[in-house]
Amino acid sequence: MEHTTSEVSFHHEPTSDKSRIWKTTIILSVITLIELGFGFLMYFTEFPHWLDLFIKGVIVILSLAKAFYIVSIFMHLGDEIKNMIMTIIVPLSLFIWFIAAFLWDGNSFRTLRNRYDTYYKESSQKKDIPKTDTTTHNLD
Amino acid sequence: MAHVAAVKEQKWWAGGKSPFNLEYGKVMMWYFLMSDAFTFGAFLISYGTIRFSQNYWPDPNVVFNAFPGAGHANLPLAFVSLMTFILIISSVTMVLAVHAGHHNDKKGVVKWMIWTIVGGIAFLACQAWEWTHMITAEHAVIADGQLDVIGQTVRVNPWGVDVHGAVVTDALAKTQHEGLVKLAHMQNHDMSFKQLGAMTDTQLKGMINVADMHVRESGPVAFGGFFYGITGFHGFHVLSGVVINIIMLIMTQKNVFERKGHYLMIEKAGLYWHFVDLVWVFVFLCFYLI
Repeated sequence: MEHTTSEVSFHHEPTSDKSRIWKTTIILSVITLIELGFGFLMYFTEFPHWLDLFIKGVIVILSLAKAFYIVSIFMHLGDEIKNMIMTIIVPLSLFIWFIAAFLWDGNSFRTLRNRYDTYYKESSQKKDIPKTDTTTHNLD
Repeated sequence: MAHVAAVKEQKWWAGGKSPFNLEYGKVMMWYFLMSDAFTFGAFLISYGTIRFSQNYWPDPNVVFNAFPGAGHANLPLAFVSLMTFILIISSVTMVLAVHAGHHNDKKGVVKWMIWTIVGGIAFLACQAWEWTHMITAEHAVIADGQLDVIGQTVRVNPWGVDVHGAVVTDALAKTQHEGLVKLAHMQNHDMSFKQLGAMTDTQLKGMINVADMHVRESGPVAFGGFFYGITGFHGFHVLSGVVINIIMLIMTQKNVFERKGHYLMIEKAGLYWHFVDLVWVFVFLCFYLI
C-alpha cells in the first residue's frame, strides 16, 4: 500500500491471509474457556488453600498469554521492528516491581493489624489462618 | 518488497526517518496506551494491596452469579463470560476492519467498523445491567446486631460471612421498624413500602420468613469503590472507543481515507480498541476470576 508519510522506511506487505486472525480468535476463546473452567472448578470443589492459590497462579499466567496474543497479533506489535517493541516492553517491566512491592505492602498491613488489633483479628476471622495466607475462604 | 533486504543496513537513529519505522501518530498512540496501562495498573494494584490487607474477601463466584431474565438462579460467572466474549469478538471485527483498510477496501472497513461499534454498545449495555442489578439488589445483612437490607454500593457491601440460626433470630428480634419494613418488602414485592410502613412490628415479623432468608455479615467496604471505580473507568474507555469508532465510520463513509490514499487512522483507532479489550483481560482476571 502506498503511504504518503516519508518517516516510514519500509512498509509491511498487505497480506490477503486472514488465517492468523482466526487462529488468534480461537486461541483467545479457548484460553478464556479454560480460565472459566478453573473458576468453576474452584467454586464447586473444596481444595486445600495452597491448591487454590496454585490454580489462581495458572489463571494469571493464562491471562498473560491472552495479553501477549492481543498485543502481538491484534495490535501488530509483533510485526514491528525491535526498536519499537523494546520502547513499549521495557517500560512495562516496571510492573514487576510495582506488583511485588504493593502486594507485599498489603500483606504487611494485614499481618500488623492482626498482631496489634486483636479485636479486628477476632471479628474478621473465625478460625486460625496460616501466617502465609493472604485471603481466606469458607470462614463459615 | 525490495527494501526489506536492506533492513539490516538501516541506520535507524541517523535522523530523517522514524527510528521505529512507524509514522508519528501511531508511535504516539502506543505511548498514550502505555501510560494508560500504568493508570489501570495502578488502580488494579491498589485494589490488590487492599485485598491482601484483609482477612476476608468476598468470593467472586458468589457476588457475580446473576443473569438477565434468569431470576434468582445461581449462575456464577455466566454473565461476565458473555461480556468477555462480546469484547473479544468486537476486537476481532476491529482487526478485520484494519485488514480491510490495508487493502483500501472501503466497503469492508465500513462493514467491520459497524460490527465493532455494535459490539461496544452491547458490552456497555451489559455493564449497565450488571451495575443496576448490583446496586438495586436486596441482600439481608446483619449489622450492629440488627438485620438490614442493602445492595452493593460504594459505601456498603453485603458479601460478608454467612450467618445462620440463633444469631439471625436474635437480630430479627432487635431489628427496628425501618429494617423490618425492608425485610418484609424483600420477601413481599407486591406490597409497597408505604403499605408495609403502616403495619405494626408484630405484623411485619409475621410476614418475614427467616428460614427463606440468606443472611450474611457486611463485607469489606473497599470492594464497592474498587469495583465501580475500575470497571467504570474501563467502561468509560469503551464508551470513548465507541465514539472514536463512530467518528472513524463517518470519516470512512465521507471518503476521507479514500482521498488520503490510506487507512492509517483506522489502525490507530484499532490500537485503542484492542487496548480496551486488553485491559478487560486484567479486570476480568482481578475481579471475577481470582
